[in-house]
Amino acid sequence: MGAEHLPTSEFEIVELEQALAASDPADAPDMVQLLDADGVLQFDARFSPFAEHLDAEALRGLYRDMFLVRRFDQEATALQRQGQLALWPPLLGQEAAQIGSGRALQPQDYVFPTYREHGVALTRGLQLSSLLKLFRGITNGGWDPREKNFHIYTLVLAAQTLHAVGYAMGIQRDQEDAVSVAYFGDGASSEGDVHESMVFAASNQSPVVFFCQNNHWAISVPTEVQSRIPLSNRASGYGFPGIRVDGNDVVAVHAVTRWALEHARSGKGPVLIEAFTYRMSAHTTADDPTKYRLSSEEAEWRQRDPLSRLAKHLRGAGTGDTFFDEVAAEGEAMASAVRAEVLAMEGPEFEQSFETVYADPHPLVAEELAWHRKYEAGFADTDRSGEGN
Amino acid sequence: MATMTIAKAITAGLRRALAEDPKTLLMGEDIGALGGVYRVTEGLQEEFGKDRVVDSPLAESGIIGTAIGLAMRGYRPVCEIQFDGFVFPAFNQITTQLAKIHARTSGQVSAPVVVRIPYGGGIGSIEHHSESPEALFAHTAGLRIITPSNAHDAYWMTQQAVASNDPVIVFEPKRRYWLKGEVDTEQAGLDAFSAAVLREGTDATVVAYGPLVPVALAAAEAAEEDGNSVEVIDLRSISPIDFDTVTASVQKTGRLIVAHEAPTFGGIGGEIAARVSERAFLSLEAPVLRVGGFHMPYPVAKVEEHYLPDIDRILEALDRSLAY
Repeated sequence: MGAEHLPTSEFEIVELEQALAASDPADAPDMVQLLDADGVLQFDARFSPFAEHLDAEALRGLYRDMFLVRRFDQEATALQRQGQLALWPPLLGQEAAQIGSGRALQPQDYVFPTYREHGVALTRGLQLSSLLKLFRGITNGGWDPREKNFHIYTLVLAAQTLHAVGYAMGIQRDQEDAVSVAYFGDGASSEGDVHESMVFAASNQSPVVFFCQNNHWAISVPTEVQSRIPLSNRASGYGFPGIRVDGNDVVAVHAVTRWALEHARSGKGPVLIEAFTYRMSAHTTADDPTKYRLSSEEAEWRQRDPLSRLAKHLRGAGTGDTFFDEVAAEGEAMASAVRAEVLAMEGPEFEQSFETVYADPHPLVAEELAWHRKYEAGFADTDRSGEGN
Repeated sequence: MATMTIAKAITAGLRRALAEDPKTLLMGEDIGALGGVYRVTEGLQEEFGKDRVVDSPLAESGIIGTAIGLAMRGYRPVCEIQFDGFVFPAFNQITTQLAKIHARTSGQVSAPVVVRIPYGGGIGSIEHHSESPEALFAHTAGLRIITPSNAHDAYWMTQQAVASNDPVIVFEPKRRYWLKGEVDTEQAGLDAFSAAVLREGTDATVVAYGPLVPVALAAAEAAEEDGNSVEVIDLRSISPIDFDTVTASVQKTGRLIVAHEAPTFGGIGGEIAARVSERAFLSLEAPVLRVGGFHMPYPVAKVEEHYLPDIDRILEALDRSLAY
């Protein structure tokens, strides 16, 4: 699998280090933005070359992806409210961060998501309804990770960042032209596994991109509690570049991620991207953001909505209603299909829980399964579904 | 046949695993040029290179977490945790990730990672260097846990662990690393998950594993002089436990004593007692007795001899059992 090699950037780690050395580490770094809140394209000498290929058709494609995943997210939230899912972590507001980065990946790259990367899943070509199996209580996975190089969701925060680095160490040994991408959030950035993963990645100069979505809230706790310096500045402590990008600007996220992937793919080691975004909805459907944050803050971020920003640009450049109507109709059809698929999802037979504990035969599991079968057989003539719970 | 110490038998087992499968890797702290703090990996980096015998950064969670990622790409990492008491920074990766990845992916992804942990006391060391945390891992489904007690088993069980498609923790009895024994490098004998009857007897069974196996054998020897015939079983595998072998022995002797260094409360001995009472209740002439550590942090070296089960502690339990 040959990677698509991109134009080399002038931007090197030395520049970043010099910039950091000259300033207070707590100072906010420059935030890369290529599409401003009014939908006007901005030029950036370092990163605009990595967005040059985005013509009108490609930008419409990114808009479509963001629209579809937002509609999917809305449907999943509704399904949870209707009792069809136990829980749902909405991605509302983070569409640009996820679609922009996901669309920069090559098929041979491997993604290690948290549990909110529904947009990245879409870009990898996963059947979206499979993301809901975990939240419907049918499986702890939901898809074969090897099919689309998209690992299952990891709920133990940051555990997957180490798996991503180990995977990248494997890529190095196999001399494959691939990059491993670890997604995590501002809250998880405090976990020791993020630190260890960055140490291992730097030590091995592994092809890893750490993609941190700083959505400003770890459930109810703001980013300031996790870090006294901008998260992207942390990379310099490990000796690799860290870049803050406007996470609501799909063009900038895409360009920065392409640069980072190229950097990692060409053997220059890891990169940390901090996508500066906002979780416009709750942490999960079990959460109540009115208890910890101001509605004025939410209103302020709505002004920076990733979809309306790109829509403004597209309309300004001549994309008409027909396109937006078509995408809306596609979204409705997709949402209905997802709903139908979810309602048809049945739980597994309990016996299947015994079958996958170990890869090789195991006497205790076999013994307990045999016991359970016998026990169940004793109730063969009785309907006792749900009784006694 | 070759005579080797347990440590060198593990080295030989690792060397053979590395030679036979290019996907096998060793990872750990100080395992390269130094050969590990116990020299178990001595010479292997020189022989197989730095990409296959990897000096990792000093971070246990990182070692296990990256091993999982390597396993997902088809590698078979063998991780060395330097000492028993230092495994806990990796406890999360071992119990929530390594143990469960096969189940969580409905069997699509397996994690054939080996975690080697030198364990147990009796070496006069400082804190966190003498613990026996096996029960904490045995409680987690998805892991396999084995512990060799002699050089032959050390050689073969190391390779059997690497060959397993499941994650295996190998608890290595560090105070026996220098114990010499015959190794048959042609014939493995038992698989890694079976118990071995080391000495036949008729009056009582003593089950032990790892560092206490030589103690149990010596206790049986002493009991013989008093006219009591004691059967000794080397459990070898802590998860799964070979209950068929243990039960068959108890059905013959009617009495069972389980000895381990780990504290008895919530330990492997309790699990064996419960299962044997279910399987062989009518054969039992006495309650199953446990000989083990006390409910305290592992004591300081100057008093550890009072903590560690010895021949007399096993004989005292034997007396109590026979008195029923």
